[in-house]
Amino acid sequence: MTTATAPPSGPPPVIGAPHTYTSVTDKIAGIVLTQRTGRGWLFGFMLGLALLGLLALAVTMLLYLGIGIWGVNVPVAWGFAITNFVWWIGIGHAGTLISAILLLLRQEWRQSINRFAEAMTIFAVMCAGLFPILHLGRPQFFYWLTPYPNTMSLWPQFRSPLVWDVFAVSTYFTISLMFWYVGLIPDLATLRDRSQSRIGRVAYGVFALGWRGSARHWQRYEIAYLLLAGLATPLVVSVHTVVSFDFSVAQLPGWHSTIFPPYFVAGAIFSGFAMVIVLAIPLRAAYGLQDLITERHLQNMAKILLVTGLIVAYGYFMEGFMAWYSGNRFERYVQLNRIVGPYGPAYLGCLLCNVALPQLLWLQRVRRSAVALFVVAVFVNIGMWLERFVIVVESLHRDFLPSSWGMYYPTVWDWATLFGSFGIFLTFFFLFIRFIPMISIAEMRMLLEEERGEAAA
Amino acid sequence: MTGPRMWGLVAEFESPDALLAAAHRVREAGYRRIDACVPFPVEGLTEALGFRPTWLPLLVLTGALLGAAGGFFMQWYAMGVWYPLNVGGRPLNSWPMFIPITFELAVLVGGLTAALGMLALNRLPMPYHPLFNVPRFARATQDRFFLAIDARDARFERGATAELLHGLGAAEVSEVAR
Repeated sequence: MTTATAPPSGPPPVIGAPHTYTSVTDKIAGIVLTQRTGRGWLFGFMLGLALLGLLALAVTMLLYLGIGIWGVNVPVAWGFAITNFVWWIGIGHAGTLISAILLLLRQEWRQSINRFAEAMTIFAVMCAGLFPILHLGRPQFFYWLTPYPNTMSLWPQFRSPLVWDVFAVSTYFTISLMFWYVGLIPDLATLRDRSQSRIGRVAYGVFALGWRGSARHWQRYEIAYLLLAGLATPLVVSVHTVVSFDFSVAQLPGWHSTIFPPYFVAGAIFSGFAMVIVLAIPLRAAYGLQDLITERHLQNMAKILLVTGLIVAYGYFMEGFMAWYSGNRFERYVQLNRIVGPYGPAYLGCLLCNVALPQLLWLQRVRRSAVALFVVAVFVNIGMWLERFVIVVESLHRDFLPSSWGMYYPTVWDWATLFGSFGIFLTFFFLFIRFIPMISIAEMRMLLEEERGEAAA
Repeated sequence: MTGPRMWGLVAEFESPDALLAAAHRVREAGYRRIDACVPFPVEGLTEALGFRPTWLPLLVLTGALLGAAGGFFMQWYAMGVWYPLNVGGRPLNSWPMFIPITFELAVLVGGLTAALGMLALNRLPMPYHPLFNVPRFARATQDRFFLAIDARDARFERGATAELLHGLGAAEVSEVAR
């Protein structure tokens, strides 16, 4: 048994307090079923709705007046929309990493954070999916990107990374949703059986699909869950790889680079874990979940943040090195322009947030302090947004011919759409923590059983 | 027998170990139409109940291969046959460019097969099941472990089976109305 006798230097336990099957069920289901709606929740939800309103306004203006209300123009045609798309979709990656890759690696500590990390994935991908569609200029024709029988007898250009992206992102969303829902079914059944109100019983009952925990069902369920994890693992790597192809297949200096796929995937996991930390720390404090999302979780996530941050730093370094080593004057200029050009502060800010600040995580004191970790994670999120901004805008604004150079200045509608997208995320996330158990109850029982088995051994 | 016909018997256990031991004993006693209902997958339970492995992995493999084949065929057909476009003499069947979508469709169809196939093989959604008639059964999704014996089992005999279950340390044995 590690809980009682572990020396103080060992890793803290995955489950803090002495729990039983009954007490974990009571605790997690109670948050949804019996706890009263707190002020903090109401405040957060209202904030989400307000931002959602801002988004509705921004999108209405966009549809009414056209894409000219954004700052985009030739040569910078991608602007905020693509920056936000890449940023949001990157955030989603941590959810899949936690739920799929850590499951395959048998990292049992993942079990108390995977549910809300997966929810985060789904909502982040929803936010991400919005931007390319809005960015189309004529969003009503978005379905032209899909292969469907049409009177024009035309197909999408399957050789284009932009079309790959459509397939990658829609597959990613579908599989993440399936994975999340399959994981939810046993917990929905728990809520159905515990709910005191008829509405609750019917609502949870419908979505629980009549789950009764039959051993025969569990047998297939576990296989299906494992296979979904096995499929989601290469999928999550492929998604940001394909996103990076959007850039690296082009010939633009600063984009045309073979390091992009791995560097994008690492960056995605980096920003995603930062977002999981940003969400987990207030959640565990607000709902008193310190015994289920323990210091061990925070420390492990901090370590992953540090490692992926170092990979990202290596990516930055190699970009600079290859620009110099290639001897290509355009590549060299792009790198120089990054630092001293008009968007220099964005690049330096990105280096500060993504490379310098995460080094604090070498210190155990920082990894152990929830507040410090939260602050570092917020800066990483900002830094990763800046990174994407630099990649998108800085390369576009000055390419080969100085006569085609130009500047991009975001307008108020660019900012409104960016902050508005948080409206989607926050609204859904707050609804999620109010109506769905934010920690997988079934998996917590499994964790208890495993710990009990270890204790007996 | 008066009243509703009986579906079978269900016994409640307090720990996974007790359930596992009982499952072994019930199977040794010759019962075959047995099932357990548990709040989380208990290790060794499938073997104790004598379930055969599921076909699901094979279904998922088939789905993924069909997705890959269909995805590649779609691209090859669209780009090479339906609307061939000669760009600088490059080959029409530019297969490396078709790999990403082929892969995504393999994952998509495979994943959907895994999720929907699991539900279909489990006959879910199934809003009604006789076991739900037992009030205490609500704890099967929470913290108790149930062992159910179908009345259609060849060995099933109301009194004797109930006695057997009691003897195995069941906290409670209930009759399940149909």
